[in-house]
Amino acid sequence: MSASRDTTRSPLEPSATSRRIAAFLIILYASIAFIPMVLIVSTAFKSVTDAISYPPKIISEPSLEGFVNLFTQRTRQSAEYLETLPPPKTWYEEIVRKRNMVIAGPSRFIQRFVNSIIIGFGATFFSVFFGTIAAYAFSRFRIPLKNDLLFFVLSTRMFPPIAAAVPIFLMYRKLGLSDSHLGMIMLYTVVNLSLSVWLLKGFIDEIPKEYEDAAMVDGYSRMSAFFKIILPQAATGIAATAIFCLIFAWNEYAFAILLTFREAQTLPPFIPTIIGEGGLDWPAISAATMIFLLPVVVFTVLLKKHLLRGITFGAVKR
Amino acid sequence: MSEVKIENVSKQFGEINAVSNLSFTVNDGEFVVLLGPTGAGKTTTLRLIAGLEQADEGKIFIGNEDVTQAQPAKRDVAFVFQQYSLYPNYTVYNNLAFPLRSPLRSLSKDQIDKTVRDIAKTLHIEDKLKNKATHLSGGEMQRVALGRALVREPNIFLMDEPLSSLDAKLREELRLELKNIQVQLGATLLFVTHDHVEATTMADRIGIIKEGTLIQIDPPEKIYNDPNSVYVATKLGSPKINVIPSRLLNMELPANVEYTAFRPEKVSLNSKGTLDARIETIQNLGVEEIVSMSFMGEIIRAVVKPESISKSDKDIKITIRKDDMLFFDKESQRVYL
Repeated sequence: MSASRDTTRSPLEPSATSRRIAAFLIILYASIAFIPMVLIVSTAFKSVTDAISYPPKIISEPSLEGFVNLFTQRTRQSAEYLETLPPPKTWYEEIVRKRNMVIAGPSRFIQRFVNSIIIGFGATFFSVFFGTIAAYAFSRFRIPLKNDLLFFVLSTRMFPPIAAAVPIFLMYRKLGLSDSHLGMIMLYTVVNLSLSVWLLKGFIDEIPKEYEDAAMVDGYSRMSAFFKIILPQAATGIAATAIFCLIFAWNEYAFAILLTFREAQTLPPFIPTIIGEGGLDWPAISAATMIFLLPVVVFTVLLKKHLLRGITFGAVKR
Repeated sequence: MSEVKIENVSKQFGEINAVSNLSFTVNDGEFVVLLGPTGAGKTTTLRLIAGLEQADEGKIFIGNEDVTQAQPAKRDVAFVFQQYSLYPNYTVYNNLAFPLRSPLRSLSKDQIDKTVRDIAKTLHIEDKLKNKATHLSGGEMQRVALGRALVREPNIFLMDEPLSSLDAKLREELRLELKNIQVQLGATLLFVTHDHVEATTMADRIGIIKEGTLIQIDPPEKIYNDPNSVYVATKLGSPKINVIPSRLLNMELPANVEYTAFRPEKVSLNSKGTLDARIETIQNLGVEEIVSMSFMGEIIRAVVKPESISKSDKDIKITIRKDDMLFFDKESQRVYL
């Protein structure tokens, strides 16, 4: 038998061994990265007692106590008073009653969650909207001082945004923008704009300008050429940019804790304030964290097919 | 269809003169080809007529109307681009219907549908109408691009090397089709290319353009037989026209004649010839042969029938009739005797 080499594979493709090593490394990394997620989800479904038991329980009786505690405010009552009450009507009253407590009303979690949605998605929308039109202009028109302007846009990202915290705090207080949805949307939009302009300019540069030329000769204005041809072509870039903008606006903590406290408070500063009885209520915090993670996960999954090309933007030239 | 006239048009991009002082007219129903190398200003000329560039100087008329300042959409011209021309997010049908759906043309759905299907038939792409524009071969894409121009009846068709990205066989096919369609429609057409075969096979008139200036614009036969400069003479014909210093010919010529040119097919090889040459290489093209000869340090090419030369004899004699010679001065401009 001749020692023939495997020639079915192109020399440019990785060998089976290197594929296996790559797969192993990816699985290893994914597992490590997944541990916090597992901890969050498993703790969210533990009872308060199981969550702080020692030695820690990996598998425990599933409980919705964390979620009930997250969505309600409760008061502790004496055993005599509880006996006078009629039996609990709902499953969540039952969970609370076991801890000698009654439900006093809903918690502020939902309102904070709605704040996060309004501010996160609002800021994402405006970052992408202004980013797209600015990027189009930078990409297509002869603008005086174009390169200087682009550098200026980028330079706003050269220091951490929080470095400007004090002036922004004072400015917002004077303008009455503190603790308002509008104020937070404006702030996150401004911080995200440099990223969005630069990312989107890259994407729009890749779209041949012959498309608009053709559309304009075919009897359309530049505006309708933009909407009919360029925008659908830029969808990938817009989706990728939107995800990056949302992740920043959704997770932002420093400005949120500085500028919001009641009306416009978002989840990142709110979650650490969930305090239980005699210590932190870990199941409630985990439940909040889990719900907090969901929108970004859903948004990313929805835009997934655009994202991969988005992340490797510039690498694929037509 | 309309006549299109360009008057003293100039266009600069920064330091570069893309087009300088250009004037010519494309008559109603005429097929004009602008021929020149890359960077000669051909595309810029088309873009100026379409309104995609603004002229720095000069005027552009379409059908006697001054459109120098008009928006591209208002000029009602059709443009076929070299590449990237199809809208990738649309199907072939929608690509063809796109110009008809413009707010400037209020056409009914049925009218649009009929026009699109007629054109698709003419171009043999009727079974591709539902395809995505990106799911087509190169030839089909260029057909659709032509179709998108042909669905309308514009003042003029502007075509920017629409065939250059295709392979040779397809190019030849579409060249014929395009010429046929133009004749059928009586269309006014300005076509830009660097391929002299495209120019001679399709054009009613050829404009030779060099560095943004029009050197000569005339029917193909006149460009071929009666060029006004060495540059124009070398533009048509393959193999290229022979250009040699006149003093080598030992003829009586006016003092200002510096160069003499003659077409390879006008060189005859026979024993009675007056000039001594030596065969260097012979290229066989089947029906004919290209013979490269050295003649007093210059290369002369001749196109001859294969049987007319003996393969063994390297040293031969050649004749060129004086009537077949073109004479040029030291600025390479034509001298008429």
